[in-house]
Amino acid sequence: MSLPILSLITFLPIIGVIFILSIDSKKQELVRITSLLVSIVVFFISLPLYFNFDARAYEMQFVEKLPWIPSFGINYYVGIDGVSLFLILLTTFITPLSILASWHITKSIKEYMIAMLVLETGMIGVFISLDLFLFYVFWELMLIPMYLLIGIWGGPRRIYAAVKFFIYTMAGSVFMLLAIIALYFLNYRTTGEYTFNLLEFYRLDLSFAVQFWLFLAFALAFAIKVPMFPFHTWLPDAHVEAPTAGSVILAGVLLKMGTYGFVRFCLPLFPEASHAFIPVISWMAIVGIIYGALVSMVQDDLKKLVAYSSVSHLGFVMLGIFAFNIQGIEGGITQMINHGLSTGALFLIVGMLYERRHTRMIADFGGLTKQIPVFATFFMIVTLSSIGLPGLNGFVGEFLILVGVFKSRMLYASLATSGIILAAVYMLWMFQRVMFHGITHEENKTLKDMNKREWAILLPIVAMIFWIGIYPNSFLRKMDASVNHLLKQVGDKANIVSNVRVQSKPEQLQENATPKIDIVPENKTEW
Amino acid sequence: MANTSVMTFNILSILPILILAGFGMIVLVTDIVSSRKFGDKNYLAYISLLGIIIAGIFSRNSVGTTLFSFSESFAIDNYSLFFNFIFLLSTGLTVLISHSYIKREEINHGEYYALLLFATIGMMLMASGADLLNIYIGLEVMSISIYILTGFKRSKLTSNEASLKYFLLGAFATGFLLYGISIIYGTTGTISLKQIACFIEGKGGALDPLLLMGMGLIIIGLGFKVASVPFHAWVPDVYEGAPTSITAFMSVGPKAAGFAAFLRIFMTAFGSTHYEWQKIIYVLAVLTMTIGNVVAIAQTNIKRMLAYSSIAHAGYLLIALVAANNMGVSGTLFYILAYIFMNIGAFAIVIVLSQKGDEFIQINDYAGLGYKRPLLAIAMTLFMLSMAGIPPMAGFVGKFYIFSAAMKSGYVGLAVIGVINSVISVYYYLRITVIMYMKEPTRDFSPLTISPLIVAAIVISVVGTLQLGIFPSKVMEIVQHSILTLK
Repeated sequence: MSLPILSLITFLPIIGVIFILSIDSKKQELVRITSLLVSIVVFFISLPLYFNFDARAYEMQFVEKLPWIPSFGINYYVGIDGVSLFLILLTTFITPLSILASWHITKSIKEYMIAMLVLETGMIGVFISLDLFLFYVFWELMLIPMYLLIGIWGGPRRIYAAVKFFIYTMAGSVFMLLAIIALYFLNYRTTGEYTFNLLEFYRLDLSFAVQFWLFLAFALAFAIKVPMFPFHTWLPDAHVEAPTAGSVILAGVLLKMGTYGFVRFCLPLFPEASHAFIPVISWMAIVGIIYGALVSMVQDDLKKLVAYSSVSHLGFVMLGIFAFNIQGIEGGITQMINHGLSTGALFLIVGMLYERRHTRMIADFGGLTKQIPVFATFFMIVTLSSIGLPGLNGFVGEFLILVGVFKSRMLYASLATSGIILAAVYMLWMFQRVMFHGITHEENKTLKDMNKREWAILLPIVAMIFWIGIYPNSFLRKMDASVNHLLKQVGDKANIVSNVRVQSKPEQLQENATPKIDIVPENKTEW
Repeated sequence: MANTSVMTFNILSILPILILAGFGMIVLVTDIVSSRKFGDKNYLAYISLLGIIIAGIFSRNSVGTTLFSFSESFAIDNYSLFFNFIFLLSTGLTVLISHSYIKREEINHGEYYALLLFATIGMMLMASGADLLNIYIGLEVMSISIYILTGFKRSKLTSNEASLKYFLLGAFATGFLLYGISIIYGTTGTISLKQIACFIEGKGGALDPLLLMGMGLIIIGLGFKVASVPFHAWVPDVYEGAPTSITAFMSVGPKAAGFAAFLRIFMTAFGSTHYEWQKIIYVLAVLTMTIGNVVAIAQTNIKRMLAYSSIAHAGYLLIALVAANNMGVSGTLFYILAYIFMNIGAFAIVIVLSQKGDEFIQINDYAGLGYKRPLLAIAMTLFMLSMAGIPPMAGFVGKFYIFSAAMKSGYVGLAVIGVINSVISVYYYLRITVIMYMKEPTRDFSPLTISPLIVAAIVISVVGTLQLGIFPSKVMEIVQHSILTLK
């Protein structure tokens, strides 16, 4: 590992930005091509991450560590494991496609592409950071370009949506900042060392009360990002107003930061609190699954429908993660990738329809299959993948999640399954209204089928949809070691609590969990 | 330890102050002698800058020495030297942004620069004061210069009103301060900060009610200068009425000086009784942040908005004072430096965009700036995001530093209030970017007069904002060394 791949893919987009800055803003085509090239190069550089990733090791790989702010013990410390690997690849995969999908944008294209590339830096940075300060910097950094993307290139209510997105996310994350600082001092009291190193923090043995509050602070930031019901209200606004590429990245990658945050931070840092919060989070997830699906069903705007379906899908992911077994968590991670691909593709497809007809209302379409058969085929595949048809990617993730949840909590799984049925209802009904029956609007008779650029956008995604659906093992086996290790971390530290769970009913978990802390050796970590 | 021979009378220790005083005189004299010959008074700005740079070089030479001279009433240590740099930086940037502004507003008189330099002298005295009287004298020198500068637009009513308001309220505040000092002198028999500390220690930390009262009065006096709630009522009107360049100066220089004195007095003299004053400052910090931020939301005039935002920032700085640990003190120093860059930068852009007679200083006048003047808009965005505390800008590191200090001392609740406030502040800082980038232009931005000096000020501010945000470690080391002599 002589080449610092992680730093390269993180900062190459920034170097691209400097290039683009020097281009005359009248040469729009050059700006587009340069940014596309930069993002494609980033994608190819990121591929060795997959091939050279040692699937047997759970330790962080491709690690780079440099002192950054020594007086605070802050390091530039990055690395990946089986959890973050695929999210990084997803990011580098989705970004060039989003840039390609923004070809028609003419309004200040230079600034647009700069925002896209800075966004890519921020997103990759979030997934690779192993230093909590660094993580927070990237976490906030990526807010700015996304805010600008929505606010400048968005729809009619873009300003409201952009500001709401920014403030909502910011409100969640500042408490996380305080929790990070608290961990910093707690760690100092135990080890006598000032550091923001995540792996050091994993070793802390915190009392339940401390875990409880810190979990809440982290979980708020992540739950808003996911977004979990009832923190989801920013999402429909942001999605509907954002330009197509903004929606794709928002759904494809940004939402995953929330779920990733739970896996990377909440679970291993606060295992006992995580166990105690299983019922709360699970019920929020289940409500989200059903609520999201029901609301999707009644939307007459395609983009809104897809947006609300995200709430439902991410409910599944959260439910899987909080099943606390290997199927659930691996299913959750797989489903993060799947959702990024299918929902990303759905937004792209809605964007393509919008470019053709300048409307997103379901009622304005109908009978498109005859006019644009190729497009219809792609749309069908993506729709089915989103529903979770066996053989396509969505099935793998949802199946694993449900298996995991069945193993731990039968009730949750049975409720969640209803979400799958509802998903079929809203997706297929939507597809039927848009694509089948006769043509009711004259304008739809002259629609053109997919052009080369659109092929280039959708084909890679569909290929991935099939690959994950047919042979998921090439992905799952890279996660095994890391997820097993995660479960060990969560299990080891929370042994006492999980024993309680065996003996008593889940409802009593929380009250039983509290006296348990006495068993945890009373040490100086109590704050 | 410090060199404490009693009868030191070291002229070298006040050399930077003497240099500034000398240059102030030179500016005055050259103005009178040569004003007929050269129409524009460009050279006055350059003379002032030269004086600032020379004073900076002499301050730099003393780094590392700790020296108490003039019968221990005047301290040269890394702390005061760091503040010297802060004051020189803020005055230097103010000169850069003033140059074209005062010409445009036709207030290009030599006294302007001289008064700026004299105000700087006052601030340096405040930071170096090792006894209460010296701090008081510094405060007066600074305040009187700024009273005059506030009313510098003689022909404009708002400017006169601002000056008078500031003067009357300021006189009250300094009265309180002096009263506090005299009470403390009456109780302890000394005005030297160190001896006050000895006196309190001698009593075993138990506080005389009179001493407590003196402390409270000092808080009022200095609270007025740093614009903390409830002593903030003067701020919006004065900031709005004063010449914009002076508003920029007022929002950083005297605030920094006020905090320099605050920290020096409360850490050195009252350090052992921190539990007494922490409660008061706690309340002040919460009020200052919250009122500053909430009222800023409602502002439509950018100068008023920045005025309330500066109140809010004083609130954040007070958090560090409550924390009363090394991290808090060094955090204050860091934050003030960061604040100078982002605030003077923002005011520089306000100056560039406004027209003669303070036209176009409504926030809505900035609509469409992002398309018409992209570079100015990007710079303004950086400053706004930095003030909102968003990484990777200086303001974020500053806030991180201060909130860490509060958490370290166990003030979790205060830190929570602090972060909630920064979320509130995001709303109005963000609104500037919304208007710049997401609204259609309503005015023509073409006839802007942008002098090279003000461009230099903006560039310095941008570089400083980013440097402190991305690579803060060097400055952090400096501030951590600067506070060692305080206790």
